[in-house]
Amino acid sequence: MLKELKPAIISFLVLTLITGIAYPLVVTGIAQGLMPEQANGSLIMKDGRPMGSALIGQNFSDPKYFWGRPSATGPMPDNAAASSGSNLGPTNPALIDAVKARVKALRDADPGNTAPIPVDLVTASGSGLDPQISPAAAEYQVQRVARVRGLPVKEVRRLVRQHTEDRQLGVLGEPRVNVLQLNLALSALH
Amino acid sequence: MSANGLLQIALFLGVLLALTKPLGWYMARVYEGKLPAFVRWMAPAENLFYRLCGVNREEEMRWTRYAFAVLWFSLLGVLAVYAMQRLQGLLPLNPQHFGAISPDSSFNTTLSFVTNTNWQGYVGESTMSYLTQMVALAVQNFFSAASGMAVLVALIRGLARHSAETIGNFWVDMTRSIVYILLPLSVLLALVLVSQGVVQNFSEYKSVPLVDGVSYDQPKLDAAGNPMKDATGNPVTEKMTVKEQTIALGPVASQEAIKELGTNGGGFFNANSAHPFENPTPLTNFLEMLAIFLIPAALCYTFGSMVGDTRQGWAILAAMTVLFAGFLAVAEISEQQGNPAFAALGVDQTASATQPGGNMEGKETRFGIVNSALFATVTTAASCGAVNSMHDSFMPLGGLVPLAQIQLGEVVFGGVGSGLYVMLIYAVIAVFIAGLMIGRTPEYLGKKIEVFDIKMASLVILIPPLIILGGTALAVMLDAGKSSIFNPGAHGFSEVLYAFTSAVGNNGSAFAGISANTPFYNTALGFSAWFGRFWLMIPVLALAGSLAAKKRIPEGAGTMHTHTPIFVGLLIGTVILVGALTFVPALGLGPIVEHLTMIGAH
Repeated sequence: MLKELKPAIISFLVLTLITGIAYPLVVTGIAQGLMPEQANGSLIMKDGRPMGSALIGQNFSDPKYFWGRPSATGPMPDNAAASSGSNLGPTNPALIDAVKARVKALRDADPGNTAPIPVDLVTASGSGLDPQISPAAAEYQVQRVARVRGLPVKEVRRLVRQHTEDRQLGVLGEPRVNVLQLNLALSALH
Repeated sequence: MSANGLLQIALFLGVLLALTKPLGWYMARVYEGKLPAFVRWMAPAENLFYRLCGVNREEEMRWTRYAFAVLWFSLLGVLAVYAMQRLQGLLPLNPQHFGAISPDSSFNTTLSFVTNTNWQGYVGESTMSYLTQMVALAVQNFFSAASGMAVLVALIRGLARHSAETIGNFWVDMTRSIVYILLPLSVLLALVLVSQGVVQNFSEYKSVPLVDGVSYDQPKLDAAGNPMKDATGNPVTEKMTVKEQTIALGPVASQEAIKELGTNGGGFFNANSAHPFENPTPLTNFLEMLAIFLIPAALCYTFGSMVGDTRQGWAILAAMTVLFAGFLAVAEISEQQGNPAFAALGVDQTASATQPGGNMEGKETRFGIVNSALFATVTTAASCGAVNSMHDSFMPLGGLVPLAQIQLGEVVFGGVGSGLYVMLIYAVIAVFIAGLMIGRTPEYLGKKIEVFDIKMASLVILIPPLIILGGTALAVMLDAGKSSIFNPGAHGFSEVLYAFTSAVGNNGSAFAGISANTPFYNTALGFSAWFGRFWLMIPVLALAGSLAAKKRIPEGAGTMHTHTPIFVGLLIGTVILVGALTFVPALGLGPIVEHLTMIGAH
């Protein structure tokens, strides 16, 4: 049984060099050479400064912005240094309370709107960093954002459409709206 | 379910099955030493490596020696991964200056990664340095996957050979699994992932301004660092406002690729494949699911090819696919129905062209219901354990699917190597049961199945439930076990049951509300993963040795064919029967009672 110790040690060391060092370095080299933007976090740049990442959600609570998916990260929502879901079970009263509170916040910000609220707008995302909402969740907020900002509804709706991505390759995933990019575009209108 | 949902699932299975034969053929050639021309240029380097290691690649091993080789190789992994975590503060490539990890957490993470489990009690982006992720954890993703594949190949040789004493050379099988299969596929997948937005860098975490500042209440701490309380005992909080977001980065794509291809599942980030930097688009999600199933499915063809009858491999694959479709249907339907408790709150859970609807708690918008339920079913059919949504927040029956699939032994495609070797054990049990029914000595692929073989097969079937149910029972009796539970009621029991199921099944996914980073769970789950891995591997190798030594008996009039639909049905029946008899009572106390309570209340 000790006979296998020598090959174990040498193969462990050599294969660690190959898979643990050479492999990630080669991938990093190619990625940084050919796709630096993606490899470094898909940052949204404005005047040479990063404004956020197109892939990482930010928290919005001001009625003049579109709100994104609720986030259960701690201590603050959308904490991109500690991703996490809520892990609340489907029958946990705390989940029902959380959804109730989010429904109330949305209704309070937009008292005239009695439409049912799309479920993705009141449930916490898996990562706590979901950058997107469904087109239905964006449409639910169009009237509010237009009113608070004093913009024509048509104009806001046009921006939403501009930032709506269809299913990838026409088939995969779900249609979605990038909230940070949409809000940055809204702010750029003024 | 929508037409598009069905199309996405059909596309996934279609691409998977189309790749099964070419990859399975290639792997058979690799393991038989007949390298195809396009990789033959690597052979001199491979030979040099064996010389360096003092390995004679022509020298084959008996099963005991093969088992010692696996164990030595794994033991070195234990020492290295543990040491690197404990010394993390002193080592380079640590831009966030993370310190050493606690002994119990290091112990757990070490056993978890060496056993291909990748259960994670820690939060990756706030605990592990880039060096630890790359050199300790991702390396084990390659090594543990390759060990599983090697053991499977040894078992296949046991079935394919007759009157032989040896079952191959572990060093050769393991090395070939890495350099000809796992590594090239990983490079390819990692680069495609980067093109979609998975990060790959060594930068420190990036700060960006928030468009809308965030205010939140933070518990106030006294000088000793304990939360302060007011006169009535309520915690004192202070208003905090942040105007910046810190974004975690790292060499993610390279780790992500092997995480899926090796059915490991340990995320670079806490949120695993739900995190946009691990899984940014529906295309990366498709490829990650494909990567999880790719090698396990193709190994079925490799098996058929190496035993000289590819129909045998297709029969196993057919049984797996049928089981998979059944579980997938339950998960999809139960998640799409949504949460009845939300109905009265004015929430719209109906799927439409503009929203996924359904139970979206713990799920990402880009994946919706279809791809979240699909991913959860894939990751627990295989022993992967990567997640793109939080299983703890699934509906009771949606959450039962991952739990039950792991409990069946992850034989529905299963882990790389480990899935098929446990499925072949079930095949042995199936012919044994059939033999009992018709009163003939059971045989499989021309090998008489005798007392020793059934003893080994029984160990593989019986050890996991013993540890899962024993561990769960222990945990729910101890305060140390109960105090970690997060969700109340039956769901809390499911969290504990899931934890032991996942550890023993070497899956690594979780009902993650449970606070598992405690000395009790770190220790109990670490040992569970270890026994769940090696107490199965050793009997599997013993069976391989026993089968290899047997004579091949010629096919007779009474031989039961093992490539027919009847056998596929028998195999499915055996898997379900054994699993159901063992785990239904425990499932009854968890997800089933939660489901009944839920529908009773609405």
